[in-house]
Amino acid sequence: MAAATRAVEMRGILRIGYRLLVNDRGKFLALLLGITFSVFLMIQVTSMFAGMMKKASATVTNTGAKLWVLDPAVNNVASSIPMPDYVLDAVRSIPGVKYAVPLYSGAALVRLRDGTYQAVTVLGLDDTSLYGRPALVEGQIADIYAENGFLVVKDEEFPKLHNPVIGTEFEINDNRGVIVGIAKVPASGLFGIPTLYTTFSRAIQYIPSMRYTVSYILVEPADAAAIPGIKADVARLGYEVLTEAELIRKITHWYMFGTGMGINLLIMTAISFVVGLSISGQTFYSFVLENLEKFGALKAIGAKGRELVYIILFQSATTAFAGYGLGVGLCATLIALAKLRLADYASIVTFLNLGLALGMVLTIASLSSYFAVRRVLRIEPFDIFRS
Amino acid sequence: MSAIAIQAQGLSKWFGEGPTRTQAVKDVTFEARFNEMLYIVGPSGSGKTTLLSMLSGILRPSAGTVRVENVDIWSLDVNRIADFRLQRVGFVFQDYHLFNRLSTVENVAIPLILRKRDWDESMKEALKYLEVVGLGNRAHLPPSKLSGGEQQRVAIARAIVSAPDILIFDEPTASLDGDTGRKIVEFVREKVLTEKRCILTVTHDDRIYEFADRILKMEDGRIVGSQDGAARA
Repeated sequence: MAAATRAVEMRGILRIGYRLLVNDRGKFLALLLGITFSVFLMIQVTSMFAGMMKKASATVTNTGAKLWVLDPAVNNVASSIPMPDYVLDAVRSIPGVKYAVPLYSGAALVRLRDGTYQAVTVLGLDDTSLYGRPALVEGQIADIYAENGFLVVKDEEFPKLHNPVIGTEFEINDNRGVIVGIAKVPASGLFGIPTLYTTFSRAIQYIPSMRYTVSYILVEPADAAAIPGIKADVARLGYEVLTEAELIRKITHWYMFGTGMGINLLIMTAISFVVGLSISGQTFYSFVLENLEKFGALKAIGAKGRELVYIILFQSATTAFAGYGLGVGLCATLIALAKLRLADYASIVTFLNLGLALGMVLTIASLSSYFAVRRVLRIEPFDIFRS
Repeated sequence: MSAIAIQAQGLSKWFGEGPTRTQAVKDVTFEARFNEMLYIVGPSGSGKTTLLSMLSGILRPSAGTVRVENVDIWSLDVNRIADFRLQRVGFVFQDYHLFNRLSTVENVAIPLILRKRDWDESMKEALKYLEVVGLGNRAHLPPSKLSGGEQQRVAIARAIVSAPDILIFDEPTASLDGDTGRKIVEFVREKVLTEKRCILTVTHDDRIYEFADRILKMEDGRIVGSQDGAARA
């Protein structure tokens, strides 16, 4: 209640601050541009990273398994290290495992009808359960068992297979393949190549394999309480069990720190922050310096220090939020436009991106106003007379 | 004789520490009354501005008291002194210190806004005072579009808009040509000085002495003479 009353009382003073700010059009525009540009860069860079990480974890999210058994040396789903079949049997025998199925994940070259080759990702689903199968938009799932049957995912990479339809034939490692269903998945892969689904047995039959063939084991635990026990038992076999979220985190961590990609993007984000801070901080500080004597005159007239602080904080907050809104809007517009032209454009704006950029903008505003507030609080009304 | 507006008793002010310590004002005692236009004159460095700052609640004296209606203003805390200045003192600075990013009427309304008065009400009141100083038709221009004399009048309107009983003029003619300066002070004498107001003016300009009721001469931090001005005569 007291705060509300104070806010009403302060309305006139804040309005003075607002008018001082927006009526200095040159500086206000410079401040807005600085923050908008900075927010735009920060969100653009982080959303690109978020989009790429979503794509990097596409197989994990699309499959939807609760637990993944994998070789501990695996850093990302695309580079699996196959496990011997006995691991599958051993996992199935662990108490608390409701069921466990193999998943094949590999890359292959397909030869299209016009003789061109196209790299594809092939996922081989457990023959019995087809666990992790995608939703179909055309065709019947049972047709995957038909001779040479493959499902193709209709995503941004789909046209690279010349927009196949049910019945379209291709060659895969000198074997005939036939499209028997068109599928859709929540996320497409990172590497810009189409995805085919088939059965596990056909995948290992058609695609040259190493000695071991099980890329991953997908596990359904009896309940959440069983997970620690399953993890411990699998660890004794020399393998690792990760939940879906843990696996996504591991992949993200590897891209971030294992490839240098994340670090570079973080450096870009930091540069955006510094650019925003230097433009906005300097402009805001010079804006306050320009009005310093007037602030001193206000103090002489009877303004209290805290009222001048409110004016400065209000000015910097107004600029920060306006710049933030413009930056987010600009970035979202650009991403939407880019996605109209580039179907596999990776950027996605997440709440984390927005929160990160907001935090950085508030830091910029706080640092800018901190130095300004210090100057304003230090000026003595007597200096106004003396000058 | 009018009532006493300000009573200064044994006012002194030192600046600096150690060997650089200097005394700017030395044991000054005097009174200023309502309906009085009191000039403080003297050469540069004589302590006029320091004295004015202590009288108006801006600079804390090293010794002595300033009483306004029997209240020693320097016994108040910082916020209450700020309130004292806001409620009872109007300032016209030498360089006016008007915000060029605000309109003239908004500049005049600032003391009312600082008193937490409603915005629209403050603007109406400010406009009334702009009309008093003859600038009603310039209300929405920024001060930078006005002449020096007009800016001075805006500063006067800002100083009197909250009806203070003490007005402080710091070198009111320093930035104006002789004719405009005289007109401004004449205007202040005729329209601004009232039964319930005391005007303290620091000036070098002997061309405006004729408008003073009393003139205090300062030298080397002391009051060395007091004489009635032409206006009183």
